[in-house]
Amino acid sequence: METPAMNRDACGDLADEAHNRRDSATVKVRIDASSRGRAKAAAKLNLKAEVKELSFYYGDYQALKGINLVVPEYKVTALIGASGCGKSTFLRCFNRMHDLYPNNRYKGEITLFPDAINIVGKKVEPLEIRMRIGMVFQKPNPFPKSIYENVAYGLRVRGVRRRSMIDDHVEHALQQAGLWDEVKDRLDKSGLDLSGGQQQRVCIARALATEPELLLLDEPTSALDPIATAKIEELISELKDTVTVLIVTHNMQQAARVSDYTAFMHLGKLIEYADTETLFTNPGEKQTEDYITGRYG
Amino acid sequence: MSAAAMPDRRQLGTIISRNKLFEGLFALVGLLIVWIAVLILLALFINLAIDGAPRLSWAFLFSFPSRFPEEAGILSAWMGTVMVMVVTALVAVPLGIAAGLYLEEYAPKNWLTDIIEINVTNLAGVPSIIYGLLALGLFVYEFDMGQTVRVAGLVLALLILPVVIVSTREAIRSIPYGIREAAYALGADQWQVVSQHILPYSRSGILTGMIVGLSRAIGETAPVITIGALTFIAFLPPSPIQGEPPFINFDWLASPFTVLPIQIFNWVSRPQQEFHLNAAAAGLVLLTMTLLMNALAVWLRYRFRKQIRW
Amino acid sequence: MSDAFASHACVQPTKQFLRRRAVAGWVARGILFLAAFASVAITFAIVYLLVRESLTFFEHVSIVEFLTGTQWTPLFFDAQYGILPLVSGTLVIAGIALLVAVPGGTIVALYLSEFAPHRLREVIKPFLEILEGVPTVVYGYFALLFVTPVLQTFIPNLWGFNMLAPGLVVGIMILPYVASVSEDAMRAVPKDLREGAYAMGATRLQVAVRVILPAAFSGVAAAFILGMSRAVGETMVVAIAAGLQPNLTLNPLEPAATITAYIVQVSLGDLPHGSIGYQTIFAAGLTLFLITLIFNLVGFHLRRRLREVYE
Repeated sequence: METPAMNRDACGDLADEAHNRRDSATVKVRIDASSRGRAKAAAKLNLKAEVKELSFYYGDYQALKGINLVVPEYKVTALIGASGCGKSTFLRCFNRMHDLYPNNRYKGEITLFPDAINIVGKKVEPLEIRMRIGMVFQKPNPFPKSIYENVAYGLRVRGVRRRSMIDDHVEHALQQAGLWDEVKDRLDKSGLDLSGGQQQRVCIARALATEPELLLLDEPTSALDPIATAKIEELISELKDTVTVLIVTHNMQQAARVSDYTAFMHLGKLIEYADTETLFTNPGEKQTEDYITGRYG
Repeated sequence: MSAAAMPDRRQLGTIISRNKLFEGLFALVGLLIVWIAVLILLALFINLAIDGAPRLSWAFLFSFPSRFPEEAGILSAWMGTVMVMVVTALVAVPLGIAAGLYLEEYAPKNWLTDIIEINVTNLAGVPSIIYGLLALGLFVYEFDMGQTVRVAGLVLALLILPVVIVSTREAIRSIPYGIREAAYALGADQWQVVSQHILPYSRSGILTGMIVGLSRAIGETAPVITIGALTFIAFLPPSPIQGEPPFINFDWLASPFTVLPIQIFNWVSRPQQEFHLNAAAAGLVLLTMTLLMNALAVWLRYRFRKQIRW
Repeated sequence: MSDAFASHACVQPTKQFLRRRAVAGWVARGILFLAAFASVAITFAIVYLLVRESLTFFEHVSIVEFLTGTQWTPLFFDAQYGILPLVSGTLVIAGIALLVAVPGGTIVALYLSEFAPHRLREVIKPFLEILEGVPTVVYGYFALLFVTPVLQTFIPNLWGFNMLAPGLVVGIMILPYVASVSEDAMRAVPKDLREGAYAMGATRLQVAVRVILPAAFSGVAAAFILGMSRAVGETMVVAIAAGLQPNLTLNPLEPAATITAYIVQVSLGDLPHGSIGYQTIFAAGLTLFLITLIFNLVGFHLRRRLREVYE
């Protein structure tokens, strides 16, 4: 199965439109009402990114096999699948993390809009991509520096020196991450002295401080307790007003709670991609159904 | 196996108690050997202290060597040691840290890197006296640098370079990969990651390695003898600080010198017993210096291990 | 840089800043590489120098005479250049040292890795490290003025300079090193191997001897070989306590010189640069370098193999 089945009801049009109109990222999408039992609503959606026939190789091993997908702007798109299905590998293509290690190879395209730059293109500088796209990792990984310096780091990397500007961005990012009130009196304390959930929110603030266009979240709650998880999920829902979010999760409930669109992956392939509700209530593929009903994975 | 050959429970009991006896005996032997090692070190220290302590005095510390054992002191020796160590540290530490950073963070996987790696491991095992021959042939004669402080500092720096490199690499390796990825994901380039994260987070490990390396250099004798350092030096190298501008004077680098281990070797090689006592006293000073440095390194490592938990 | 950035709200660096960073990155990379390459240059310098001086030496003395001659008297009027006496002295002393360090080091390593309670290990390990830090010249003093007199009370025909005392002291000196390299190897043995044996009712001794030791064998062997290399290259203890007279004998009660001691002896004198006496120390040094190089490479290879098996 080289081309993943798109759920025609939901995402099909979106994808088709994008295929046909490479010049413009703006597509009209018809959110089909039939599956939701609501009146037909026409919404104008922008695409943030479009993935075309993306394959990825660790040396000789092919980890991703011809993935096609679109990422709508200012929405949360979730990637689900059993562990080892390639969802983290896929996510890490978006900010060229794989370039840090030898013998990794990309094939295909990830087009980032509005300027239609190919993220995995050979001539594209990974540093530029990483400056536009933020990422939060599985395990909270604050630097052993102060909370302030953690959040300010992205600005420092970009050569920002003006203290007032850094102050503003740090405060704003911490507020966005819902952490400002908790830490505003101890910004000079080490980021490592916080609890796990707070550390992860520092990492989110750190990624937000440079106002990225796209935020990648790689199982951001897998190392956290349920209460911290709930806070982060709430945060993700709030974030989509200002940033496009792509999130990997092994937790189906989480995908159902936070995302607008969901992609199901299996063994390096994209099996099905649809709006979240459709995918969970009315999956178009047998494999998807087996997975979400807990028959494997 | 037939059922008859299986031991019954009573026999099993005997087997167990026999096995446990052997086990206990071995534990005893192990502990015994460890204690013997401790006792030998104590014997060494006490022997040195009994012989040398009576000779220790301010006069001993602040006198030049002399033909008369009771007037002789170690002023030029320890001053020489300090100056040589300054040169050693200034050369070995930056060079070792840079090499360690390159091997851990930059080196691509290729034959050149393999050669450098094997080479560093091999250098660590080259006998110190071979370094002495290198210094003699290359620095003293080829480069005509003389039998001076700078040559001794340089050769000891080369000698401890592998120690600094290895400890730098270990310190870097203990930084979790997530930290690097976090920095890269924010758009940092490699040099930003190295200079703003890797280096600061590994500085305690590097510091420990530096102290261990210097404590080895301080007690090293063979390479310094090989370059032909004079053993009778009754003067001090020129002072690095002077009264008139430019206030700093580099003549000491080109000055003849002696160091503590050489002074000890000199005294211990003499037939008169009185000089042996001087050797013991100087040995006591040297041993105390190295033990303190080692203890400091061990303590630092312990403290930093507690401090940073990733 | 693509013009993409201009149209975005996100915080972006100026082109100038990026260019400066890129240059800094390349310069830093170059400097770091040079530093790493310096170690290769050192090895080259050592080999070049030893070989060059030795070649001049071998113009005067045939290699056959050098390797088979039984007299080493380069400083005498009737100079003889047979390295065997120096080699025999080196081997006897290194042999005695290994007799101490190999069993001692192995037992200490087994004890530390399998028997010692955690807290005791935390005390002993740093202690062993400190033991490694004792200056060799102090060990030399100890061998000559403490160990030899003590031994003489048991062995009346022991010479004042002898090979036994420095051999024993060198053994004690390298014991911590052998122990710590072996222990590293033993610790690398995976836990499940241990647990498998314990689950069958083995005692700690049985686990240590029948499971850990064979499993870590290449690492332990590496420890012996690297220890041997250190013993062969040890200088000061030998120069102080074994005497400086080349002596073709295997009797540890007699004095003898090692390769390293000979180099020290020559360095103490005032040999003119370029004379044949000066070149002898480079020929001797080359011999020593080759012996230790072989040991080091074998030891390095064994350690690497152990690492490959378990990592």
